[in-house]
Amino acid sequence: MIRAHDDRRVLHTPFHSRVEAACEINEWEDWKGYTTPVAYTDVELEYFAIRNSCGVFDLTPMTKYRITGPDAGSYLDRLLTRNIAKLAIGQVMYACWCNDAGQVLDDGTLFRLDDNVYRICSQERHLDWLLWSAMGFNVQIEDETEAVAALAFQGPTSCAVLKRMGFAGVENLKPYRFDSFAFSQGEILISRTGFTGDLGYELWVTPEVAESLWDQLMAAGRDYGIRPFGGTALGIARIEAGFIQAGVDFVPAQDAVRTGRSRSPYELGLGWLVHLKKSNFNGRKALIEEKANGSRHNLARLLVEGNKPANNSFIFDRKDNLLGTVTSATWSPTTKSNLAFASLDSPWGRPGDELYAEIYYIRELKWTRVIERCHVVEGAFFDPKRRHATPAWDF
Amino acid sequence: MTDVVVIGAGHNGLVCAAYLARAGHRVVVVEAADQVGGASATRTFAEGFKVSACAHLLNQLHAGIAKDLALEQHGLAFAAKDLATIALDRSGDIRKIVRGSVTGDGVSQADVDAYAAFYQQMLRYAKLFGKAASMRPPKLVESDRRDKLTLAKLALDIRLLGRDDMRELLRVGAINLFDVLNEKLHDARLKGALSVDGVLGAHMGPRSPNTVLGFLYRRLGEACGFGGPAVPVGGMGAVSEAFAAAARGAGADIRTGTAVAQVLIEHGRTTGVELADGERLEAEVVVSNADPKTTFENLVGFQRLETGFCRRIHNLRMRGTAAKLHLALDGLPTFTGVDAEDVGGRLVIAPDLGYVERAFDHAKYGEYSNAPVMEINIPTVHDPSLAPPGKHVLSAIVQFAPYHLKVGWPSARVEFERLLIDKLAEYAPGIGELVIGSELLTPIDIEQQFRVRGGHWHHGELCLDQFMMMRPVPGAAQYAAPVAGLYLCGAGTHPGGGVMGLAGKNAAREIVRATRGRRGEGS
Ligand SMILES: Cc1cc2nc3c(=O)[nH]c(=O)nc-3n(C[C@H](O)[C@H](O)[C@H](O)COP(=O)(O)OP(=O)(O)OC[C@H]3O[C@@H](n4cnc5c(N)ncnc54)[C@H](O)[C@@H]3O)c2cc1C
Repeated sequence: MIRAHDDRRVLHTPFHSRVEAACEINEWEDWKGYTTPVAYTDVELEYFAIRNSCGVFDLTPMTKYRITGPDAGSYLDRLLTRNIAKLAIGQVMYACWCNDAGQVLDDGTLFRLDDNVYRICSQERHLDWLLWSAMGFNVQIEDETEAVAALAFQGPTSCAVLKRMGFAGVENLKPYRFDSFAFSQGEILISRTGFTGDLGYELWVTPEVAESLWDQLMAAGRDYGIRPFGGTALGIARIEAGFIQAGVDFVPAQDAVRTGRSRSPYELGLGWLVHLKKSNFNGRKALIEEKANGSRHNLARLLVEGNKPANNSFIFDRKDNLLGTVTSATWSPTTKSNLAFASLDSPWGRPGDELYAEIYYIRELKWTRVIERCHVVEGAFFDPKRRHATPAWDF
Repeated sequence: MTDVVVIGAGHNGLVCAAYLARAGHRVVVVEAADQVGGASATRTFAEGFKVSACAHLLNQLHAGIAKDLALEQHGLAFAAKDLATIALDRSGDIRKIVRGSVTGDGVSQADVDAYAAFYQQMLRYAKLFGKAASMRPPKLVESDRRDKLTLAKLALDIRLLGRDDMRELLRVGAINLFDVLNEKLHDARLKGALSVDGVLGAHMGPRSPNTVLGFLYRRLGEACGFGGPAVPVGGMGAVSEAFAAAARGAGADIRTGTAVAQVLIEHGRTTGVELADGERLEAEVVVSNADPKTTFENLVGFQRLETGFCRRIHNLRMRGTAAKLHLALDGLPTFTGVDAEDVGGRLVIAPDLGYVERAFDHAKYGEYSNAPVMEINIPTVHDPSLAPPGKHVLSAIVQFAPYHLKVGWPSARVEFERLLIDKLAEYAPGIGELVIGSELLTPIDIEQQFRVRGGHWHHGELCLDQFMMMRPVPGAAQYAAPVAGLYLCGAGTHPGGGVMGLAGKNAAREIVRATRGRRGEGS
C-alpha cells in the first residue's frame, strides 16, 4: 500500500503543544513512535538545570505496562530476576528481565500500585513477551503507555517546586516510593524516581490534565530555575549516575540477531538484581550455570584520562590486545572528568586493571587519535547526598 | 538404586519402566485409566464385542525391544502377521500390496517394476532412519562428545547410501508424497493407497510437506526386522499387557486407576508426584509418558517453567485428525472384489491421490471429509475371541475428522457416523444391515478417554520442525525436561508415535546414564 504524504504516523505526546512551543531549535527524534526533542534550546543550559536547579523531561513514550489480577505477584516473580516478595504498595523497584538463556531483554522499574496491581516501566516494548509469560497465570496485562502521561522532574529544587504546587508532604517521600496527591479534580501520582541520579521525581497523570500539569509546573518553577530538557542532556546525566540504557549499553536479547551479542545481567553489572534462590524465574537455569562457569563479558565504568569523550572507542590492555568497546561516553561537567561505560571481555574490568582507550576526535576538520589510560570505578560517578536524604532538602 | 515414578502406563511408559527396573531402579508406574496400554488397548465397545480401542494394527514394534523384554514369554502372540494392504475399489478393481509387490488386474508391468524399485529405495532410507530412531537425537549447538559421535555416525550412514540415493533422499524429503508418487508411478489405485501411509495420523494431505517423512516412518517395521502390519491375539491391549508383565517381572510396580495431579518440584528439581487423591509419591526421577502439553502445561504448570520453553510447548502442533469407527457386525461383510483370503487384510479406502487430498481439504477448514479416507481391519477374521461366535468386529481409522470441527462434534457425530457406514457400504454393499453395535471416537473423545492432548496419534505432529533434535521442542529433545530429574518417554519424544517402544527405551537409557553419573559424583 502506498501511504499518502499527509498520512501521519509519528505520535504526539499529550504534552506536545507545550513541548513544541518550548523547543526553540526544533531538533526532534523518534522515540518509540513519538516525536520528542533532542534538545530545546541549548544542551548545556538544560544539563545544568538538571544539576543546579530543576528540569522537566517528557517521559510519556517510556513503555508502561499495567499488570493486574490475583496472580500478578507470582507472575512478576517469574518474569523478573529480582525477588519482589518484599515490594510494598507504594514502592518502586529497579529490576531486569531475561529470556530463557539468561540474556537481558530490558531493565526498568516496577511500581506496586495496589495489592494486585503493578506497573512496569521500561525502555523497550515487550508486550508479546509479557503476554507469552502470562500463560498459566491469572493476570491481565495492558499497555498503558498512551494512557499515562508522564514527566520526569529532576534536580535539587524539584521538591521545593512540588511543595509550591501544593503537594503537601511530598518532601517525606523516600527514594523509590510514590504517593498520590489531589490534582486538578483528579489525581497525580508522584514517585521519587528518575534517571539522573539526583533528587528528583516522576509525575504520572491522565493525558487530559497533561498540559495543565506542564503549565502549573512551569509557573511554580519560574523562580527555581526550571527548564525543559531533551534526550541529549539526559544522556549526560544518566552516565554520571551510572545508569545503563537498553539499546545503547546492551542489545536487548529479542533484538540481537547475531550470536553472542546479547548480555546477561552479570555481564551488565546487574548481578545484584539476580536472586538465584528464587525457585523459578526466566533465565534461572542459564544464570546458575553462568554463575558457576563464569561470564563472557563485564560492563566497566571507566574514568578516562584527558578530556576527549571516548565515544565508540576500542579498549586495549598494555600489550595492545583488544578487550572490548565503549558503549557510552561523555565529558561530565559536574565531576569534571571524562566518563565511559565499556563492555569488556572477562575477566577485564576489575578495579586496578590497566586499560587504554583509543579515542578519535575532530577539531576543525582534523582528525586526531589519542590513547588514554582508563581507571575502573565502582558504583556511580555522581551520587550526591541529597539524592538519598528524606525529608528531601529544600533549595 | 533410584526411586522413579513413571506417569502413564502407555506402552512407552511400560517399556521405560521395564528397562529402568532391569537396571535396578525402584519403579512405580501410575496410570490414570483402569487398564494399562494408553492408546494401545483393547476395550469392550458393545455387549460381547471387543476391539483395539485406538491403535489397531501393530506396524512398527521394535524387534530389539520385543526380544529384550521377552514379550512372547510374557504372553504376546500374533493372530496374523504381514497383512497385505488391499486398495479397495467400488467396482472391485482392487490392488493388493505386500511390501514391494503390487498385484491387480489393471496394473502395468512398468508400474510393478517401478513400485518394486521405489519400495526398495524407501526401505534403504527407512533403515537409516531406523538407526537414528534408536539413538538419543544429537544437539547441533552445545553438543557434547556423544552428540558429535551420533552426528558423525549419521553423516557416515548417509554417505554410505551412495551419491544418488543421498541426493534423492534430500530431494524427496523436501517435497511431498503427491509429487514423488506421481513421478514414479502411474496406477491411481496404488498411489492412493500408498499416500495413506504418508498422512495417517497427520494433519496433512499428500500434497503437504513432511508426507515423505510420514511414509518412511511407517516403513520402520519392515525396515527394522518386525515386518508388515500384524494383528495381536487379544487386540493391541495384549501388546501392552505383555509390556506390563515384562515390567512387573523386572520388579516395577504398576498402579492403575490413579491419576497424577502434579509433578512436585523444589528449587528446580523434581521430588516426586502428587496424585489426584492428594497422596504424594516421593522420587528422585519422574518420567512422563503423557504428551508434552499435558506434561508441561497441566502436570508441571507453565508457572514453574520459563517463558520461552512454554511458548515452544504451546506452539507444538498436535491437532488430531484421525477418528476411530468400531462396528459390531452380525456376520462377515463382503467387500467387492476382495476374496476370503484378503478380507482380514489392511483394507484401504483411498481410490486416488486427489481423493485423499480432497478429504484433507475439509480438515483445513474445520470440516470433516464428506468422502473420507479409511484404514479398515476386521481382526475377528484372525482372532475370533474378540466377538461372539460367528460375529465380527470392524475397526477403521477415519480421516479427516479434525479436532476443531467448526460446527462442534456433539451436533455432528451422528451424521458423521452415518456417512461413514454409507461410505463403507459403497465398498461392502449391505454392510449397514450387519451393524448391531457401533462406537465413534472423534479426536475429542480420544483426547478425553486416552488423555492425549488433541487426540494426536504421535503426541505431536511428526514433521521436520518437530523431529529429531527438535522433538518435542528444543530444550527437551534429549528426554530430559528443563526441570532436573524430570524426563519424557512418550510418543511426543524422538522418534515419535506408533506402538514401537523406542521412545520409552531411549528415555530409559538416558535416565540410567544420568543416575549413574550422579551416583558417581556422590561416591
Ligand atoms: C486414532 C489413532 C489410531 C492409531 N492407530 C495406530 C495403529 O494402528 N498402529 C500404531 O502403531 N499406532 C497407532 N496409533 C498411534 C499409537 O496409538 C500411539 O502413538 C501410541 O500408542 C502412543 O504410546 P505412548 O505410550 O507414547 O502414549 P499413550 O499410549 O498415549 O500413553 C500415555 C498414557 O499416559 C496416561 N496419562 C496421561 N496423563 C496422566 C496422568 N495425569 N496421570 C496418570 N496417567 C496419565 C494416559 O492415560 C495413557 O495411558 C494410533 C493413534 C490414534 C490416535
